[in-house]
Amino acid sequence: MSYKMHILVCGGTGCQASNSQGIIANLKEELTNKNLENEVQVIATGCFGFCEQGPIVKIMPDNTFYTQVKPGDSEEIVNEHIIKGRKVNRLLYRDPENKERVSDSKHMDFYKKQLRIALRNCGLIDPENIEEYIARDGYAALAKCVSEMTPEEVINEVKFSGLRGRGGGGFPTGLKWELTRKYKADQKFVVCNADEGDPGAFMDRSIMEGDPHSVIEAMAICGYSIGADKGLIYIRAEYPLAIQRLQTAIKQAEEYGLLGKNILGSGFNFTLEFRYGAGAFVCGEETALIHSMEGHRGEPTTKPPFPAESGYLNLPTNVNNVETYANIPVIMNKGANWFNKIGTEKSKGTKVFALAGKINNVGLIEVPMGTTLKEVIYEIGGGIKNGKKFKAVQTGGPSGGCLTEKHLNVPIDYDNLLASGSMMGSGGMIVMDEDDCMVAVAKFYLDFTVEESCGKCTPCRVGNKRLYETLDLITNGKATMDDLNRLKNLGQVIKDTALCGLGQTSPNPILSTIDNFYDEYTAHIRDHKCPAGKCKALLNYVIDPQLCIGCTLCVRNCLSNAITGIRKEPHTIDPEKCIKCGVCLTKCKFNAISIQ
Amino acid sequence: MEKIKSIADLKKIKEKVQAKIDLREKSEQAENLIQIKVAMATCGIASGSKETMDYFIDNLEKSGIQAVVTQTGCMGYCYAEPTVEITKPGKDPIVFGQVNQQKAEEIIQKYLKNDELVEGIIPVNYNTIND
Ligand SMILES: Cc1cc2nc3c(=O)[nH]c(=O)nc-3n(C[C@H](O)[C@H](O)[C@H](O)COP(=O)(O)O)c2cc1C
Ligand code: SF4
Ligand code: SF4
Repeated sequence: MSYKMHILVCGGTGCQASNSQGIIANLKEELTNKNLENEVQVIATGCFGFCEQGPIVKIMPDNTFYTQVKPGDSEEIVNEHIIKGRKVNRLLYRDPENKERVSDSKHMDFYKKQLRIALRNCGLIDPENIEEYIARDGYAALAKCVSEMTPEEVINEVKFSGLRGRGGGGFPTGLKWELTRKYKADQKFVVCNADEGDPGAFMDRSIMEGDPHSVIEAMAICGYSIGADKGLIYIRAEYPLAIQRLQTAIKQAEEYGLLGKNILGSGFNFTLEFRYGAGAFVCGEETALIHSMEGHRGEPTTKPPFPAESGYLNLPTNVNNVETYANIPVIMNKGANWFNKIGTEKSKGTKVFALAGKINNVGLIEVPMGTTLKEVIYEIGGGIKNGKKFKAVQTGGPSGGCLTEKHLNVPIDYDNLLASGSMMGSGGMIVMDEDDCMVAVAKFYLDFTVEESCGKCTPCRVGNKRLYETLDLITNGKATMDDLNRLKNLGQVIKDTALCGLGQTSPNPILSTIDNFYDEYTAHIRDHKCPAGKCKALLNYVIDPQLCIGCTLCVRNCLSNAITGIRKEPHTIDPEKCIKCGVCLTKCKFNAISIQ
Repeated sequence: MEKIKSIADLKKIKEKVQAKIDLREKSEQAENLIQIKVAMATCGIASGSKETMDYFIDNLEKSGIQAVVTQTGCMGYCYAEPTVEITKPGKDPIVFGQVNQQKAEEIIQKYLKNDELVEGIIPVNYNTIND
């Protein structure tokens, strides 16, 4: 007897943090109480992407999508929905525009424009059950490659698909495989870059948690095509759930004979191992990653030689990103010809983005290349939070730039983003509104790069520190116009001279904000004003003499003794002494204190 | 666990688990498939709607008919339970009353396979709260 209904509960890191495991436990208990445990199956899946509304519970076949579910809702879901067939209205998603409840994901703006290739199984299968992956054509691509295709044919298919690296560089994947195949060696390696160091990014983590077998299968296909029988997954130790899911998946694949010796009777052998990283951003750079795997300091070295020629243990090594791999089985199953119809001329397929910042629908999305920023922000993302005005969107993380209103209609792909002064990067997308100060945003990213610079080369180690200090002067109203020019010149020099991609791109957030928000920089420098009202040092607390009745409450609360005045007469704040703590503002009962 | 040694072995596993995943895959595109809703409130269950639902699930698969079988609340025809609402793609829903296993088989053979109507149709003109 098969199950009549499936309850899919998100078991990704995000939803687990809001106790999706408690929901699963309660649902199971409730079903057992009602003797339904053999008719209704509860499955922990990977991430649905709609993290803003998590934890998500989906009921199949009714295709009902419940949001923000708590363990305490389990009883009602079982009693009402499962037993009586009535949807639990209050748990349905409410459309932010027309406030109507929507019961299935297909009718939500968040999902309408999405096309899920890399995320195809996330939220649909149980990542800890290899058979569910097999049911979704899992390992069929590997089987086809090793038993019906030559390695060259596999490489040609990948080349023809037009797939480019999703880790940031956008290098053509088929070409990389071909290069690695060309180098002769007794031992070669397939490496998966699962370092994912961009602040706020969780694309790769979600794929590994929600569909670990797709990465494993693709690595084996890569091994077959380049002539490697060993794969290494370099993953940060901060991803315990992803590690555990991958471990389970590898163990199952071995048990089923899909990893190991003589896979599917083809004579091809392939095994996988882990290498753990400590979470340094620079260790995502492929040469630093390889050194870290070898047990050395995670510092980059110059290229060439590229890893394809001399990588792990100085042997030919193919390094690809998690999302790049996740596309491979689909390409082999559906054909390069299917894949290269999706996307734009030079960027094929889809891209996963982690949508964050001042946007209504925070979460993980996957869209065809060529989708515009406007569609992503206003349709999928549901627009700017609290009805505020859109100001900018940062793509490419600390290596990228800010795009503005005038870029909203740009179709997203590798080349267009570069031409607009940003880059694709690994898929972070942070939306900013009118309350965000662009100088402060640039400073935030520089703070990150200064912290993460490995220190090996001078331009990056010293140069970025100087850039940061200059930004600090600007946000404190102590910079001159000369400093602004220096920022631009030094930024360019660092880009031209730094050793690795980290330094070569670190000035981008500054350069692009200077380009797009020049007036905001000059306002800080010339007028000592922060137009967004974010830079504390440039704010002044003032007392309105019309409203102040001289109650002296603020005087007693100001720890810096910045407020003076005679009782029952209007008081004043000495800007030199004021440390802008904001206490007086909250204490004054007459709204006499304001920020200017 | 027997190791998978060939593409044929892999296909066998796929077929074995396919039905399970089908339920999830098909529901995503339910409007293109035949939808069968079995009323499963107290009145329905008491008169055997559970058995009816099981019968549909087990036998549709055998007849090779692609359909999504779900349950719904009481449709208000308690006198005619078990009631079943069937929507073929692009057609209006039809409600059948007193669907026991025999009737279910007749519906599968006649209405679902050949578009022939069978007796026991309840005339309806309402919109369900779920729509
Ligand atoms: C500072 C820096 C950090 C990087 N971090 C990552 C990362 O976290 N994940 C990743 O896949 N690639 C990262 N890369 C890109 C890798 O060097 C490499 O290009 C990529 O893993 C190749 O795989 P792909 O062709 O599939 O994108 C980073 C590059 C630089 C310069
Ligand atoms: S650019 Fe920065 S991170 Fe890269 S090698 Fe130089 S110091 Fe290290
Ligand atoms: S902001 Fe703080 S330091 Fe400044 S006047 Fe008010 S209480 Fe004093």
